[in-house]
Amino acid sequence: MTTFLGMPHAPRGVGQLRGDEPFPAAAHKALADQQLRRNLGHATATIRGKRARAVAELADWEQLREAGEAIKAATMARLDEHLVALEAAVTARGGHVHWARDAVEANRIVTDLVRATGATEVVKVKSMATQEIGLNEALESAGITAVETDLAELIVQLGHDRPSHILVPAIHRNRTEIRDIFLRHMPGVDPGLTDEPRRLAMAARAHLRAKFLTAKVAVSGANFAVAETGTVTVVESEGNGRMCLTLPDTLITVMGIEKVVPTWTDLEVFLQLLPRSSTGERMNPYTSTWTGVTPGDGPQEFHLVLLDNGRTAVLADPAGRSALHCIRCSACLNVCPVYERTGGHAYGSVYPGPIGAILSPQLTGIEDNSSLPYASSLCGACYDVCPVRIDIPSILVHLRGEHVEARTRGRLPSAEALAMAMAAWAMGGPRRFRFAERLLRLGRVFARSGRIRSLPPPLSAWTAARDLPAPPAQTFRQWWRTRPGDGPR
Amino acid sequence: MRVALFATCLADAMFPHAAQATVTLLERLGHDVAFPAGQTCCGQMHINTGYRRQARNLVRHHTDVFEPYDAIVAPSGSCVGSVRHQHTTIARDAGDERLAARTAQLATRTWELSEFLIDVLGVEDVGAFFPHRVTYHPTCHSLRMLRVGDKPLRLLRAVRGIDLVELPAAEQCCGFGGTFALKNADTSAAMLADKTGHILATGADVVTAGDASCLMHIGGGLSRLESEVRPLHLAQILAATDGSRP
Repeated sequence: MTTFLGMPHAPRGVGQLRGDEPFPAAAHKALADQQLRRNLGHATATIRGKRARAVAELADWEQLREAGEAIKAATMARLDEHLVALEAAVTARGGHVHWARDAVEANRIVTDLVRATGATEVVKVKSMATQEIGLNEALESAGITAVETDLAELIVQLGHDRPSHILVPAIHRNRTEIRDIFLRHMPGVDPGLTDEPRRLAMAARAHLRAKFLTAKVAVSGANFAVAETGTVTVVESEGNGRMCLTLPDTLITVMGIEKVVPTWTDLEVFLQLLPRSSTGERMNPYTSTWTGVTPGDGPQEFHLVLLDNGRTAVLADPAGRSALHCIRCSACLNVCPVYERTGGHAYGSVYPGPIGAILSPQLTGIEDNSSLPYASSLCGACYDVCPVRIDIPSILVHLRGEHVEARTRGRLPSAEALAMAMAAWAMGGPRRFRFAERLLRLGRVFARSGRIRSLPPPLSAWTAARDLPAPPAQTFRQWWRTRPGDGPR
Repeated sequence: MRVALFATCLADAMFPHAAQATVTLLERLGHDVAFPAGQTCCGQMHINTGYRRQARNLVRHHTDVFEPYDAIVAPSGSCVGSVRHQHTTIARDAGDERLAARTAQLATRTWELSEFLIDVLGVEDVGAFFPHRVTYHPTCHSLRMLRVGDKPLRLLRAVRGIDLVELPAAEQCCGFGGTFALKNADTSAAMLADKTGHILATGADVVTAGDASCLMHIGGGLSRLESEVRPLHLAQILAATDGSRP
């Protein structure tokens, strides 16, 4: 009811914001994979610990979070002005700015730009936005090979796999699986490769070095863009991103419109929040910044593609728009008890975990990702770690409300809606409630030795793994009436 | 102080001993407890499942029932969390600013049991005697919505005879999450399996928490495992004085 009509969502049939099946079905499969459970449990516990230690070092961490939240909220309130300022600054420094309404338009812009250079291969800096729009597939259908250069992203690409984590795309793989992928898919790899991390890194380095030295075009995403100077920023750990950002002749950056920050003073806050939240480091090893083009140094042609793809629709909903504040640190994934057990693929979108559960349905429209807002026990661990204080649990609840309203509009009520209507009726007053309690007591016929082991659907979902106690012989309010001198008050 | 018991629909209908223990405890501490008979449900299940329209009526009803009282106490972090952090949003979404103001007022007088004992009454030692090995699970909403912190543990540490053992990975959700346990039953069960595993590893006889709902989930998992560990609401331990296991 709060979304303005006519605000376009991310289009269907392109990119990776939608899964093939609802979350519970996808999670069911993932939960059966014991190797996946072990890999994820180990990896998320390790990153959780690192983050907690890195955050505990800062006495003003909570104030930093509040500053991050305030800067993002203020920026979103004048997003149009900041974007126009960014465009002017980038253009003034010799860059070119392109506005892309959605994934289709962004893919076409990038493909045309690469084609114009005559290149048939591009190197890529790890980027969520280009995953979101399916850029690699679009380039491939135009005869252009995109080579992922982030180590984990390379593992995913070589294994014809999908990323399952925002920061650690191959978190679902252990090193033995990675060695097997390299042996099978990496051209010219040493057949005696072991699963020692150093050996694996050296194999990737040899493979990638050849790509860096020959590439004419690089494609990147952006962590931030400073409007006042037109400076684009990428933070990373490996240095492979910097190779891509400096060696080729042409650099094309695809950036979601929410990544703009007004000033360098604002950037300072996020450069503290991001590394401690994401990798648990005080500072990430590589922070690259560039402003337009610099004659004789680095790429001589720079294109910035500003991507909407549903973001303006998210911005239009006051109750959900803070999902756009996300700086893609993935701290919420690492603490999420649901993510830890199902992994990222179950979410269907490149944005998994709690942030994905509120971002993906808003980008696509609730109809296309309607199971995601329910993929949470609302435990609140995500909100506690979010560096920009996105109240993820409240937005999940908001989106559930949007979904229920969209689903019931002009249609016959579902079984769930009927059950909820009956419950609401029963709870409408004490008389009805007492009547419902009497009905509930009939449930005692299902009980054996004080417990219920099996119930018909939909409650069979409960009794598949848990017992229920038999309803008590006497409710609290019946007991209360038996107290001497009490009675109803 | 005249205190209104907000029993919660679940404790009223399914776990009356948790609400009875709350009454016993508060009366032992010298307070006159009222049970406003009109109370039903705070509406949390409807809110969290997306049924805002029906939730509005429940929020209004809850406010009507409890508004006359100075202090409202519930043996639940989750239901108090809903009153304190959701009711005003629901009223405001409905465009009912008057109700929103009333709910915001009521929220300031509504307390979860451990908050009420420590913050309002200023007691840690409630005079309980419970000679059993106990582990405590901090429920998500008491921990992260209400920020009760170590208040329940401070109350438990003051119980005579208790052998309180630490629960590993205590702050992880048990997997209940209301209708989450039905809609995402497999994921919920996987979370529960880890929680019951940690509880069994403590060697405790009793697992306690401030929410009957989470205990229903944990207890259901333990019962399925044929475990002897008993789920018992925090109020039942704090109300105990005779040394038996209720």
